[in-house]
Amino acid sequence: MKRFIGFIKKEFYHIFRDTRSLFILFGMPIAQILLFGFAITNEINNVDIAILDHSKDATTQEIINKISASKYFTIDQLITRESDIEEAFQKGKIKAVLNFEKDFSKNLIKERQATLQIITDATDPNTANTITNYINSILKNYEQSKNKNIKLDYQVVSETRMVYNPELKSVFTFVPGVMTIILMLVSAMMTSISITREKELGTMEILLVSPITPFQVIIGKVVPYIFLSVINAAVIVLLSIFVFNMPVQGSLFLLGAESVLFIITSLALGILISTISETQQTAMMISLMGLMLPVILLSGFIFPISSMPEPLQIISHIIPAKWFIIIIKGIMLKGVDLSFLWKESLILISMTVLFIGLSIKKYKIRLE
Amino acid sequence: MNIIAYIIQKEFKQIFRNKAMLPIIFILPLLQLVILSNAATYEVKNIKFAYVDHDQTSTSRALIDKFNASTYFNVLTVFPSHEKASSAMLLGNVDVVLEIPNHFERNFIKEKTSDLGITINAIDGAAAGVESGYINQIIQSFNKNLKVTYRDASENVVKPVNIASIASFWYNTTLDYKTFMVPGILVLLVSMITLFLSGMNIVREKEIGTLEQMNVTPIRKSQFIIGKLFPFWVIGMGLLTIGLILAKLISDVPMLGSLLLLYGYTSIYILVILGMGLFISNFTDTQQQAMFIAWFFVVIFILMSGLFTPIESMPEWAQILTEFNPIKYYVEIIRMVMLKGSGFTDILPLALKTLAYAIVMNGLAVWSYKKTN
Repeated sequence: MKRFIGFIKKEFYHIFRDTRSLFILFGMPIAQILLFGFAITNEINNVDIAILDHSKDATTQEIINKISASKYFTIDQLITRESDIEEAFQKGKIKAVLNFEKDFSKNLIKERQATLQIITDATDPNTANTITNYINSILKNYEQSKNKNIKLDYQVVSETRMVYNPELKSVFTFVPGVMTIILMLVSAMMTSISITREKELGTMEILLVSPITPFQVIIGKVVPYIFLSVINAAVIVLLSIFVFNMPVQGSLFLLGAESVLFIITSLALGILISTISETQQTAMMISLMGLMLPVILLSGFIFPISSMPEPLQIISHIIPAKWFIIIIKGIMLKGVDLSFLWKESLILISMTVLFIGLSIKKYKIRLE
Repeated sequence: MNIIAYIIQKEFKQIFRNKAMLPIIFILPLLQLVILSNAATYEVKNIKFAYVDHDQTSTSRALIDKFNASTYFNVLTVFPSHEKASSAMLLGNVDVVLEIPNHFERNFIKEKTSDLGITINAIDGAAAGVESGYINQIIQSFNKNLKVTYRDASENVVKPVNIASIASFWYNTTLDYKTFMVPGILVLLVSMITLFLSGMNIVREKEIGTLEQMNVTPIRKSQFIIGKLFPFWVIGMGLLTIGLILAKLISDVPMLGSLLLLYGYTSIYILVILGMGLFISNFTDTQQQAMFIAWFFVVIFILMSGLFTPIESMPEWAQILTEFNPIKYYVEIIRMVMLKGSGFTDILPLALKTLAYAIVMNGLAVWSYKKTN
């Protein structure tokens, strides 16, 4: 036991001696969560649009004013010919063009109907769709103000309640995701590197011939990183509460326990990576190239899993991050307890056991 | 010249000797390009929909049928009470609950209007917004039907004005996300591979101790650096080529602009990334440190590149920060060239910035590389 403690001490020394890595280790999550929490959003804001107005009358002016008054759009350019639309889009700044038909006002009064074309640069389908929806709702508002005096009857009035995130803040989806990515990659990458490093430098042999058992070597390697990752997790949670006003509806203790569980899962994955790679380079490339994109894309962090094609939904089940994101959102936003989250927790536990089991099977205690 | 060729030869041998690395460099990224680009969609489909019907009349059933017929909503479940529906939502089994109150039909006939309760799980704010939009569409069309059924024919009403809007989506009429995502993800993979490999390369020699041996040779600084970085430049261009072929064959992404332009730009762009990798290499002592720093920047670059979330939505200060993000330039340009067919003059301002970036980055890298301690 004394030997084992000595070994853990050595590992801590290794980490604390390298002040640069340590600085990155703690500075990085803080910088990232602050940056992303503020900057990443899929709401639209100040989109540059252009106007092609064939009538130039009071009504079109009124509508244009309404649109430029909203915070979503900035009118950047007035164009006069249809052929200029293509050029505006190719420059890349303009995202939408509003094309008012001739005699807009006249048609609206006489025929009670006028037509407007919303042309969007749909290379980004999401933005194009959102722009169209927003402009439509501005038009609807305008229409209603014109129709004020006409009594509309026979209609269903719906009252929509947005639960768990009434203001539809995108921070609430992104912060749990960023937290998961940071914990996952930092834990997996660090353990895999620190173990393969000993292999590459040749010091692993010394450890293997020492009286410490291989099992103790691995545990000793992991303990300092559990410690560091827990501090990281705590810092991130504090930031999300105090800077981004994320609620913690559920139990803070459960959140802590689940975070520790997820950290251990990630570390176990790191151990597994280190057993299958010989050099630090391989270990790093597996944990960075192999984990980064799948974790970002298949965890439900940015893109909703339920919209993905069936095979990808199945693949997403094996991404530990997916389950942890469900757990964090559940505890922080929905305020549920373990009776709602036992399934997700159990999956994380089984993954951890599986990773450790595989590592033990693959771990070579003999030299080749 | 000969010396550079030898170094390049050595580097290639070292890269291809490591059998574990080859699949990571070539197969893993391309596999991700093909598979993961399918995951990147903001489309909201398969909404898990449930309802509570307290009214149980033909009108309420007609409304539910409307939802049933929509392709966005599926798994129509009925719950006997509000409480049951709420707990299903807590479990995550339901996204949207429609609650039809008692006397829904009666209010309708008597008071010409009736209320409806809708609850949406809004944890994903963007999706909730879209869902609410879908629901409003359905209710509006339901309202229209109702007016036809109920309104007195004799009743003379002034026709309300109507602004018809026609949406036309250029360059991507079907709003296909794959077209949008594949070029972006390709950029990402090319950047990640070249940055990680070049960032680790020199520091690895430092860590193993072979860099000293290189330093005592008559090889000049510039020769050494060119020899070191050239192989990664080749790998980057190779990845781009295979990626573009896959994008065309498997994902059917259009290529409207000039391939030459794209390659010309990429050849400058990779220099930025390699300079960055070398710079990181020079300031670190171990591969671990180098990778941490590379990782730190890559995550920031990815998430602030406009690849997944639009840059225009970011606050002003963040938009200024993205000016320093090389991936942002490349993502924007590859999309412009491939999807919109933008030409040389359209991308010139962005390309010039990239060129300036390449010069500064490589200048810094060469300056900070020291042969002697």
